[in-house]
Amino acid sequence: MSTASARIALVGNPNSGKTALFNALTGGRQKVANYAGVTVEKKEGMVTTPGGRTLSVIDLPGTYSLRARSPDEEVTRDAVLGQLKGETPPDVVVCVADATNLRLVLRLILELRQVGRPMVLALNMFDIAQRQGLRIDLEGLARDIGAPIVTTVATRKRGIEDLVAQVEAKVEALAAAGDLDVPNTWHEPSPAEIRRAHAEAQRLMKAHVRPAERPDTMTGKIDAVLLHPVAGLAILLALLFVMFQAVFAWAGPLMDGIEGGIGALGGLVATVMPDGLLQSLIVDGLIAGVGSVLVFLPQILILFFFIILLEDFGYMARAAFLMDKIMGGAGLHGRAFIPLLSSFACAIPGVMATRVIDSKRDRLTTIMVAPLMTCSARIPVYTLIIAAFIPNQTVWGFASLQGVVMFGLYVAGITSALAISFIARRLFWRGQVEPFLMELPTYKTPDPKSVLRNLWQRAEIFINRAGRIILPLMVLIWVLSTFPYPPEGATGPAIDYSFAGRLGHLLHPLFAPIGFNWQMTVALIPGMAAREVAVGALGTVYAVANAEEQVGTLAGALSADWSLAMGLAFLTWYVFAPQCAPTLAVVKRETNSWLWPTVMFAYMVTLAYLAAMGVYHGAVALGWG
Amino acid sequence: MDHLTPAAALAADPQPAQGEVRLSQARLRDRGVIGSVHVRPDVDHHGLSAEELERRLLELGFVEGAAIEVIHEGAIGRDPIAVRLDDMRVALRRHDAADVVIRLDARSAAR
Ligand SMILES: Nc1nc2c(ncn2[C@@H]2O[C@H](COP(=O)(O)OP(=O)(O)OP(=O)(O)O)[C@@H](O)[C@H]2O)c(=O)[nH]1
Ligand SMILES: [Mg+2]
Repeated sequence: MSTASARIALVGNPNSGKTALFNALTGGRQKVANYAGVTVEKKEGMVTTPGGRTLSVIDLPGTYSLRARSPDEEVTRDAVLGQLKGETPPDVVVCVADATNLRLVLRLILELRQVGRPMVLALNMFDIAQRQGLRIDLEGLARDIGAPIVTTVATRKRGIEDLVAQVEAKVEALAAAGDLDVPNTWHEPSPAEIRRAHAEAQRLMKAHVRPAERPDTMTGKIDAVLLHPVAGLAILLALLFVMFQAVFAWAGPLMDGIEGGIGALGGLVATVMPDGLLQSLIVDGLIAGVGSVLVFLPQILILFFFIILLEDFGYMARAAFLMDKIMGGAGLHGRAFIPLLSSFACAIPGVMATRVIDSKRDRLTTIMVAPLMTCSARIPVYTLIIAAFIPNQTVWGFASLQGVVMFGLYVAGITSALAISFIARRLFWRGQVEPFLMELPTYKTPDPKSVLRNLWQRAEIFINRAGRIILPLMVLIWVLSTFPYPPEGATGPAIDYSFAGRLGHLLHPLFAPIGFNWQMTVALIPGMAAREVAVGALGTVYAVANAEEQVGTLAGALSADWSLAMGLAFLTWYVFAPQCAPTLAVVKRETNSWLWPTVMFAYMVTLAYLAAMGVYHGAVALGWG
Repeated sequence: MDHLTPAAALAADPQPAQGEVRLSQARLRDRGVIGSVHVRPDVDHHGLSAEELERRLLELGFVEGAAIEVIHEGAIGRDPIAVRLDDMRVALRRHDAADVVIRLDARSAAR
């Protein structure tokens, strides 16, 4: 039985470094960031011990107690107690503690001890503890809690072998002893029991931990500025503003480079390959279609660069603090801020992150408005239209007008999310939001290597999407816009006779009231799979249509073909439209019903249609038609 | 038992003893130790039972004897607040802090 696999669960307070440790143990690439509530799902990985044993390691959401209050904490409770059907408790529990913040985890350890599984305590962030001159009597503490202690620095992969060895020793002891007959005596503690456990934890602290000689004073100093009632809010706004300016200003040269490269590639292929179908497929379908999406890689990486830095630094919880009153005014739970912020990347992790919200109604409200936040898949659409219709000029002496418009679109998303949740509260879910308690983590200097690794991962995801979803869709769109050929003697453009052309013309009456032409209408359909495909689809449709004359960029083609009012209507549509099937699928999974994705789809389409119509007619009235 | 609205409850908060202050009414820089955490059952805690709110506060370290200091306030209505609680920092809304009573240290009490 020496190679039998054993199951190990990583349990601990939020933000103690469980996922960093999981990644160090298993070589995994799960998300690590400096705020509570990053992990909301159970993740499994493997590690092979020097003795050749395979251990299955599970990473779990952080919690202060096994008495779960929110869906993410339920995941942890069920995993530790082995309560789900077909699941057994883990063989060994590894409790992961932030060595500089032991009081609460000591109380959790007392709870974990009642579960009766063998335990190892990983004293993580030991580098910080040492820097602060924190003295912990490891032997005494280990004796008192009845579990071996290993000091670790998860982010530097220090102490990992030691931890594996201690876990393996526990697994071996288990195997030798046969089945464990320590009964599980855990039950939900009453307030009196929690107080008693606190007293015991306090006694352990007094006995074994001497206060830090050089406690962290940085965090207090930084907070004095960042949480200042006036300066703090100003800094938050300035940060967001700079972020969207940078997305435009810094990405420009890189995008020109990529665009030039793609154009050159298309030109090269066109000269090398004989004219014909295959050339059209490769040049118009693949290179123009996928290329028009790939161009946006720099912008997406710049956006993520900012988000990753802020997350690793520890700013997210501060931003939530500063925004709390406004969010609360709109009827949103305080913890809704981080899920909404994650939705800037993509609504899917955003919807998942709502698991940290305990109240069902509060969670549902957040889920329903999360897709209104501007996700990174909208960036290609926004940028394309902005580049085509908004002149590249400087306003107020320093800001780029295109960046300001981009910022405005983000603000439109945020404001509408707040407004919708406010209305939903008023109409359906009257009453106050639930209490909200949130730990503010200590600031940490982001590690350049891990920031780069994260960015690389983002680039991979984006390119992967381009290859796996966008590329096949582009081929499909090319086929639809090329076949069938026009009949003999036809006079109009060939594309009008293709499937795409016919479909576009067929559906066009539906979208004519909001100013869309048939090409825009066609682009909406594949855009359902992934928003940025709409850009690729426009790329292909216009490339096929303009195959004869050599037009420049897609933006050029659009500004020649669309009026400003049409461009604005298209932008507005994308602020609100539920143009993303995967998001609807996640909402179905997280709410366990088709009702909510249906409601979401209906309200967002209605909003998009009405808003686009208003903007179009408004713009036409202003003479921009 | 009839439930008070939050605003009425705040107004009706019984005044704590001399040298003590409810965390919901504490001022910036007020410092001391937590004297008691007894969540009153007759106040509306947003659909949460009093015992549940008490357990949540306790689990996050709001427990009798813990050192506490108000370190930040929000811009609007001085809400929410951030406190230093032993070795950690916690943010919460004043309304939820009404039943955490702080025994102020001499300096804070004299302000
Ligand atoms: N200096 C230092 N930082 C660490 C160490 N381990 C983790 N961190 C940092 O601590 C923060 C939290 O790490 P995570 O692994 O996301 O914590 P978690 O316990 O998984 O958090 P939740 O999933 O939210 O419960 C991140 O910013 C990490 O980079 C460590 O040993 N030393
Ligand atoms: Mg985690």
